[in-house]
Order: sequence, then C-alpha cells, then structure tokens
Amino acid sequence: MNRKIRILGMGIFLVALFTHAANSRKGTSAAVAPPQMTNEMSVGVKIDNFSFSPPNLEIKAGTTVTWTNADDIPHTVVSNDKAFKSKVLDTDQRFSFTFDKPGTYPYFCSLHPKMTAKVVVQ
Amino acid sequence: MKKEDLIQFDHNEDGIDRRGFLKCMAWAGTGTLCVMKGGVLNSYSLGSLSKLDPGAAMGELSFVQISDSHMGFNKPANPDVIGTLKAAIDKINALPGSPAFLLHTGDITHLSKPEEFDNVQQILKAAKVKEAFYVPGEHDVAIDEGREYLERYGKGTKGAGWHSFDKNGVHFVGLVNVVNLKAGGLGTLGHDQLEWLENDLKAKRSSTPIVVFAHIPLWSVYPEWGWGTDDSAEALSYLKRFGSVTVLNGHIHQTMQKVEGNVTFHTAASTAFPQPAPGTADSPGPMKVPAEELRSVLGVTSVNFVRGQKALAVVDSNLS
Repeated sequence: MNRKIRILGMGIFLVALFTHAANSRKGTSAAVAPPQMTNEMSVGVKIDNFSFSPPNLEIKAGTTVTWTNADDIPHTVVSNDKAFKSKVLDTDQRFSFTFDKPGTYPYFCSLHPKMTAKVVVQ
Repeated sequence: MKKEDLIQFDHNEDGIDRRGFLKCMAWAGTGTLCVMKGGVLNSYSLGSLSKLDPGAAMGELSFVQISDSHMGFNKPANPDVIGTLKAAIDKINALPGSPAFLLHTGDITHLSKPEEFDNVQQILKAAKVKEAFYVPGEHDVAIDEGREYLERYGKGTKGAGWHSFDKNGVHFVGLVNVVNLKAGGLGTLGHDQLEWLENDLKAKRSSTPIVVFAHIPLWSVYPEWGWGTDDSAEALSYLKRFGSVTVLNGHIHQTMQKVEGNVTFHTAASTAFPQPAPGTADSPGPMKVPAEELRSVLGVTSVNFVRGQKALAVVDSNLS
C-alpha cells in the first residue's frame, strides 16, 4: 500500500479519534481506561491491511463505535447476526453504530469474510 | 530512450508518469488467449504473443480471458484503470484470427457503481469479439446484493448469475462464488448452485471438454488470505468423470497454474493492478511496484498442457 495514503488515512483516523475523545470528555472525569476497555462514549476501530484493529473491543453500553477504512480496497462491517451492517466503505469512509444492549457482537467484512472481529458490550 | 518516453508529469513522485505507466502495463501483458486444440486447452499471455508461433494460436476454438478490471479504482497502484483495460483490448484486437468470445472473470467494477459498469461496457465495445460472458466478483455485488450486476449480465442466468453454454463441442460453466459469504469463510458456491451444476453436467458425455470459470479460485491458493472456495471440492467431484477439465479464475491478480488429476487450474492477471504473492506481505491488496519491477510482477508464465488418452502431460513454457 502507498505509504503516503496510509499516513494520510492514519492522520484522518487519529484526528477523528481525538475529536471523539475531546467531545466525550466534557463533563466526565479523566479516568484512564485500561487496555481493550474504555469508558469513552465514542471509540474508533481501524480497518487496515485486511484486518480490524482492535479485533476485540470491550465497551460500555451506550458507546458509539466508528469504523474507518484505511485500506486501498473497500470493506464492509457486518455483524454475524445482522444487528448492524454498513454500506460498502471505500478508502477513508466511516461507519458508526451505537451499542445500547450488553452482549457479544461478532462481525466480519462481507466482501472478505476472513476478516473477523468482535465488540463486547458490558 | 525516445524523447516522448521521458517523464513529463511525476504526480506520485515515483519516477513514472501516466504515459510511462501505460507503456509498462501494455508491455507486461494483461490478458490470456485460450486455444482449444484436440480437446486440450492451451493458454498464452497476451503480453507474449509476439514470441508465439502463429500456428500455436490455431485450434478448433480460441477465446480470451480478462479479469479484475476494477473500474473506478484510482489509487497509486494504478491511477488509470481505463487506460490499462484499453491496452488489454488493443492486444485482443491485434491477435491473429479473431477469438470467438471474451470471458471476464469478475471484479468488472471496483464499487458496483452504474457508471463503472457503463465505462467497462463502453470500452469492451471496441473489442473485436462477437460475444462476452461474465461472472461477478465480490466488488460487482458489493451494493444491492448484486442487483445492478444481474440487471446487466443476468439475462439467461440462474441465481446470482451462474450459467452454462456450449461452443464448438466445449461445455462452458460460469459459477458465482462471491455472494452470501460467511464470517471466517472463503468463497462459497452454495447448495442451490451445486445442485444446478450437478444437473447441468449430467447430460454431458465424459469426453466433452469442460471449462469452468469463476471469480475466486476453486482451489486453495492461500486460504489465509481468503484465496479459495469453501465448497469447491463438491463442485470438483461432479467433474471427476470428465477427461479434460480446465478451471479459469481471477481475484488474486496474478497468474498461477496447478494440475490436480484431470483438472488444470489457471488464475489470470488483473488488467488493473497486481497483488502480492501469497504470504509475501501482511495482507492482500493493491501493490505499487516500481516500473522496472512490473515485468516480474505482471509478467505471465504460460502453460501448454497436452492431455494424452490416459495420462496428463504438462509442459511449462515461459514465453516472457
């Protein structure tokens, strides 16, 4: 993949992540979340090199997860039980879903089904 | 070097402009000529035809395969997929003797957009072939569960677009293994299509040469990257009794051949961009290569295979 594009994609992703974090911090304590677990109400998942990162995301109910495609190839975000399903995401396009109910949500890319990951909502 | 070959606009700072890029792509070869001779299919890279004995291209039936045109792709690995598809068509039109038809083994478009399908249709009009046959790639059914694809190419097909036809005594079967894919899995044919295939082949004599074409490889090229089809073994079991079976695939954007029993598998290069060899990168995906390396990445090794009455003799001949 072209390094310039990848860096650009990463930059957009980080800016998006920072913006989400900044917005959600208003009125909340600055508690540091442990790895894989976050108290933020908005978190990001990056799609890069045909994989979801992080592959196992743990969040609190009510959190909005935003997937950003940093690959040069389109991908989708589809939950195994169809609880959520994105449109096709071209490079740098995003999909968001708010998880209101606790549970485990395995999902995959319907174009490249080897790409699997999950969101655990507590 | 001619003056017009010198770089004029280096937009990507890669030392190669559009004109230079097209020259490299045109030279590297972007399609396959298939010649059926005595019930045996021989394939030749369109990039190597100048070295081909004209007699070799003569047979009872010849056709061309192109694949993975990814119309709409515009990333650095190929900023001009229109130009490279046109280059492939130019090569088809330069063939001695017109091929009977063209097979496109999928990923016609990058994002299933109507304008992308329109562009390919427009470009393929220039190809001097009487007919064209298609199977979809996953990029062609990414929107609306493939409705746009079926509206354009679904006439006379079943299900998601599978179909068969006969040409000069050869039976051709186009399969679709890119819909209803399951989490963690590979390409899928599905129960309905397998049932159809079994019935379709029942009426055929074992001496009939069979050519099966589908987007994702029907053999396990590299399952770790999804380069295979979960239920292809069942499809291949219906083909066991036939003496000459050829399977043509795309998807992996590089040429590979394999012989397994009575079946010879081929994958075609992409007209758009190369992908890494299995396991040589973190993941599959568009690979940007320096101009001087394009030949090694896109250059095609052709296989002539000759099937005897009982045994299968395989002769590899590198024409590049």
